[in-house]
Amino acid sequence: MNDFEQNQIALKAQSSAWRLRLENLRGLLLSLREYGLRHEWFAPTALTIFLLGTICFSVCIGTYPMPIWKAGNILARLSFPWPLPDDLPWPVKELTVVQVIRFPRVLLAALVGLGLGISGTALQGLMRNPLVGPDLVGVSSGAAMGGVLAVMLNWSPVSVMALAFVGGLLSMGATFTLARIAKSSDGIGLILSGIFVGGFCISAVGMGIFLADDGQLNTIIFWLLGNLNHADRGTVWLVAVPTLLGGSILMLLRWRLNLLSLGNDDAFAIGINVRILRLGIIAVVSLIVAAQVSAAGIIGWVGLVIPHWARMLVGPDHRKLLPVSALLGGLFVLLIDDFTRVVLRANVPIGVLTTLIGTPFICFMFWKKQTKGWIGD
Amino acid sequence: MSAGDFSFSGLGHAYLPEQWIFRNYRGEVSRGQVLSLLGPNGSGKTTLLKILLGALKPAEGTVMVHGQVAFVPQLFQVAFDYSAMDMVLMGRAKKVGLFSQPSKEDEEAALCALEKVGMADMAQRPFHEMSGGQRQLIIFARALVAEADILILDEPTSALDLKNQNTILQWMDRLARKEHLTIIFSTHHPHHAYAVADRALLMLGGSNYEAGPAEAVLTESNLASLYDLPFKHISYEYQSQAIETLVPILRPKSDVCSASGAA
Repeated sequence: MNDFEQNQIALKAQSSAWRLRLENLRGLLLSLREYGLRHEWFAPTALTIFLLGTICFSVCIGTYPMPIWKAGNILARLSFPWPLPDDLPWPVKELTVVQVIRFPRVLLAALVGLGLGISGTALQGLMRNPLVGPDLVGVSSGAAMGGVLAVMLNWSPVSVMALAFVGGLLSMGATFTLARIAKSSDGIGLILSGIFVGGFCISAVGMGIFLADDGQLNTIIFWLLGNLNHADRGTVWLVAVPTLLGGSILMLLRWRLNLLSLGNDDAFAIGINVRILRLGIIAVVSLIVAAQVSAAGIIGWVGLVIPHWARMLVGPDHRKLLPVSALLGGLFVLLIDDFTRVVLRANVPIGVLTTLIGTPFICFMFWKKQTKGWIGD
Repeated sequence: MSAGDFSFSGLGHAYLPEQWIFRNYRGEVSRGQVLSLLGPNGSGKTTLLKILLGALKPAEGTVMVHGQVAFVPQLFQVAFDYSAMDMVLMGRAKKVGLFSQPSKEDEEAALCALEKVGMADMAQRPFHEMSGGQRQLIIFARALVAEADILILDEPTSALDLKNQNTILQWMDRLARKEHLTIIFSTHHPHHAYAVADRALLMLGGSNYEAGPAEAVLTESNLASLYDLPFKHISYEYQSQAIETLVPILRPKSDVCSASGAA
C-alpha cells in the first residue's frame, strides 16, 4: 500500500469519525427536543439556566478577562443599594469594566433579544404568518427615521434615542390609522399599511443619509446597522421597562395568541373580541420594538428567525412557545455580541451578523415551505 | 322558550344599497332539531350564517337566540401545527379569563369532548395530519367543549369523501337527538338535508324563500325551482328499512348534445 492509499484510508476514517460525531450530536439534540416536547418545564428551565450562565460568562470575557468569581463578587456588591466604600477590594479598572462597560452591554443584548424574540412570535401568531417580523408593522423604520432626524439636528445620544422612540410610536400610529381609514384593519391590511408607512420612513432615512456630513453619516450608518456600543444604565432602563412590561402582558395573553392564529371568523366564533385583542397586542409589540430600535438600532431578522427555532423546540402552542422564544432571543443576541467582542474583536454591527445568520435560515425554511408547508416546522 | 331555541324574523341583508341578497326571511328551530339551509351559489347562505352567528349585523330584522352558539367552519388549514387537544381546548375561550390560561378542568373537559366524538386516542396527533372527516370531528368536539346549545355549521360535508360525509351526518344526527343540541347547517346536497334535517329553508333569492318542516319544504318542485334542475323523490328498501331520498337528474351528455345541436 503506497502513501497515497494510506492517506486516502486515513482521510476516510477521519471523515467517518466526524460523521459519527455529527450523528451523535444530532441524536442528542433530537432526544433533547423529544424530552422537551414531553416535559413542558424542561425547555424554559434549561434555557433560563443557560441564559443566566451566559450573562455571567459574558461579563467575564473580553479584552480584559477576569475570573467568574471576581465578576460575580463585583456584581453582587453593586446590586446592594448602599454606596460603595472608599477602600474597594478590587482595582477601579475591574469595577469600571464590569459596572460601566460589560454589564450594561450584556444586559442590553439579552433584553433586546428577549424583546425581539417575544415580539416576533406574537406577531407571527397574530398574523397567522411565519414570515412576519416586528419590522413589518413599520415601527423599526419609524424609529430609524426619528433617530436619523435627531442625528441630523446634532442632538445628544439620549435625544437620538428619545426621538427614535417617538418616531417608532408615531409610525405605528400612522400604520393603524391608515389601516383604519382604508377599512382594512385585519392582518394583511395592517401589514400592507406597515409596508407603506415603512417605505416612507426609509425614504426619509435615505434623504437624511444624502444630506448628512461625514461625521453625522458615520453615526447614522453605525446606528442603523444595529450596535450595542452605547449601552449604559440609561439605555438599559429605556429598553428594560417596555420590554419587561410589554413582555409580561404578552405572556399573560399567550393562550389568546393560539385563538387569534385561527383567523378572524373562527376566532370570533369561539368567542373572543378579535379586533381589540389584535390592536392591543400590536401596540404592545410596537412599544417593545420602538424601545429596542431607539437603544440599539435595527437588529434585523431576530424576530423572524427565533420563533422558528423555538417552534422546533417546543411546538406551536404559544403557551410554551412565547417564553421559549423570549429566552432563545436573549441567548441568541447575547452570544452574537460575545462573538463580535471576543472572537472578531471588532465593532462589527450586530445587525449585520444577525442578518447574515438569519437570511440563510429563512431561505432554507422558504425552500422547505415549498415542499412541506410552514406547518412542518 | 328554552335554551337551544332559535328564531329569526324580517331578516334581510344588502352589501350595496337596495341590492338585497335576501329579505324578510323568517324561520325557527327548536332545541334538539336540525335546520338545513339550501340555496345555489351566491344566494347568501354564508351571509345568513354569519348573521345568525352574530358576526355580521343584518341590514334589517331580528335574530332571537336562546343559549350559547358555537360555529363549525368549513374545512380549514391551521397556520401552525397544533395538536387535536390544543384545537379542542380553544373551544373553552369563553370560559377562560382574558389573562388566564386553561386549567386542568378545561383540559379534562376537552378530553371528555374528544371521547364523545370517539377521538380521545388521537388527542396528541397533529391536526394537519388528520383526514378531512377527522378534522371535522375535532371541530365538533371543540364546539361541544364550549358547552354550546346551538351549533352552526357552514357546509360541513363539502370537502369530504362519501364515507366521511356519512360520518359527519351521523354525528350531526347523534348530537341533535342524544345531546339535544340545536343544529343549523348549510349544504349543497338536498339528500343530506333530507337525511338529517327536521326543518329546511330554501333560499330562492330576494324575498322568495320556502321554510318549514323538511318533508313539506324539500319537494321535487321546490328543489327544481331552487336549482333550475329536475329532482326525483325515490323510495327504496335497504336492510329491511324504508329509505326515502331526493336525487337531482343530472344529464350532462344529453345537455351537451342538445346545446351543440342548437348551435
